[in-house]
Amino acid sequence: MNTPAPVLTSSKAMILTLGLVATLCGILIVSAYQGTLSAVNANKRIRLERAVFKVIPGAATMKEFVATPSGIEPAGANVAADAVKFYVAYDKAGALKGIAAEAGSTGYSSVVRVMYAYDPAKQAITGIGVISMNETPGIGDRILTDKAFLDNFKDLDVSLAPDMKALAHEVKTVKHGTKQHPWEIDAISGATVTSKAVGRGINSSTQRLLPLLVPNIKKLRGE
Amino acid sequence: MAIPGQKELTHMEEFMEGIWKQNPVFVMVLGMCPVMAVTVSAVNALSMGLATAFVLTCSTLLVSLIRNLVPKEVRIATYIVIIATFVTVTDYLIQAISLTLYDALGAFIQLIVVNCMILGRAEAHASKNPPLRTVISSLGMGLGFTIGLFALGSVREILGAGKLFGVPLFGPDFQPWVVMVLPPGGFFVLGSWLLLFNWLKGRKVEGSLVKTAEGHSHA
Repeated sequence: MNTPAPVLTSSKAMILTLGLVATLCGILIVSAYQGTLSAVNANKRIRLERAVFKVIPGAATMKEFVATPSGIEPAGANVAADAVKFYVAYDKAGALKGIAAEAGSTGYSSVVRVMYAYDPAKQAITGIGVISMNETPGIGDRILTDKAFLDNFKDLDVSLAPDMKALAHEVKTVKHGTKQHPWEIDAISGATVTSKAVGRGINSSTQRLLPLLVPNIKKLRGE
Repeated sequence: MAIPGQKELTHMEEFMEGIWKQNPVFVMVLGMCPVMAVTVSAVNALSMGLATAFVLTCSTLLVSLIRNLVPKEVRIATYIVIIATFVTVTDYLIQAISLTLYDALGAFIQLIVVNCMILGRAEAHASKNPPLRTVISSLGMGLGFTIGLFALGSVREILGAGKLFGVPLFGPDFQPWVVMVLPPGGFFVLGSWLLLFNWLKGRKVEGSLVKTAEGHSHA
């Protein structure tokens, strides 16, 4: 076989090709982003609302707030770095129904993110819902379904210490079957790591949020 | 592919190539990373398969359209840019369709870009064939890939969770075979499917051999 001498492509042609293809692809990506942006944002909003309404039954509307050392305010475009986000849910008549916030901590194989409902009157957590996790199916994911575990969060004590700087008692996950105090979480036997992640997440989130939120709770009621 | 002495496939044959003779999952065993990782349920498997098929069809179509303009020195770079573009587009589309699905598929949507089946088809088929033939072949391949993923996903969901499409199939006493939705289960199920397919193929070859032998003895 007589192979013809290889024809060298000029650098210009290569640069031109790559440049054109990249430009075309850039236009495609930008239009896809613009085209789906509103739908994606609506989806995110719905997901957030569902998560909040799930932990606060009876809620009809919700608003996003941030708590900072200088007080609480509706979440705006520019959020300070030390601000803690939380959600306030109202019922149909517009009365304050409950407060929800997000907590997250690393579990066995993923970050376990939960939404918890806080009842200011009881100073307690009244329910949780898992937002996202990727724990071992059949083991860690029992935090979604295990009734005894979820019962821990029906009335979990997160009252503040008298100085309003921290919780009176740290939220703690204890070994299965050894729960004694209302601020303890009874772990799922066999899924201790994931159970502990939930407890740790709630503890660090409430430690940050509640000292900022509780002194201002009247403001939320007044609105 | 114009290999001398081989007759060109009809469009139907081209389409069926991907579904049966060159099925990317069961015959070529290509792109196994998503095959193992996302096939824990039938819904995940189907959506991953369709997303891959979409990327495959769109990118091979574009590759085929510009096949005569791209200098061969930069062809791989061009293909990767094109594939990455459609993966990003798919990423946005899935987010717009369902965030639950997006979370379930996780990083594997972005990882479609390194699915060797797509680059393989762009290089081996789309860069040498006209657009129509390319699209037909890619649809076949994509469908074949989806069928492969679904075959794994449905079996793993039935055995590992006792459900299909989230609907419980067995009574409340069913004890899920959890290992099937864990990574090892992926290998077990894929291995079993490959065993089945190769056994079927082996039987077919044996059958045709016997037939030819009979034909010869009669002649």
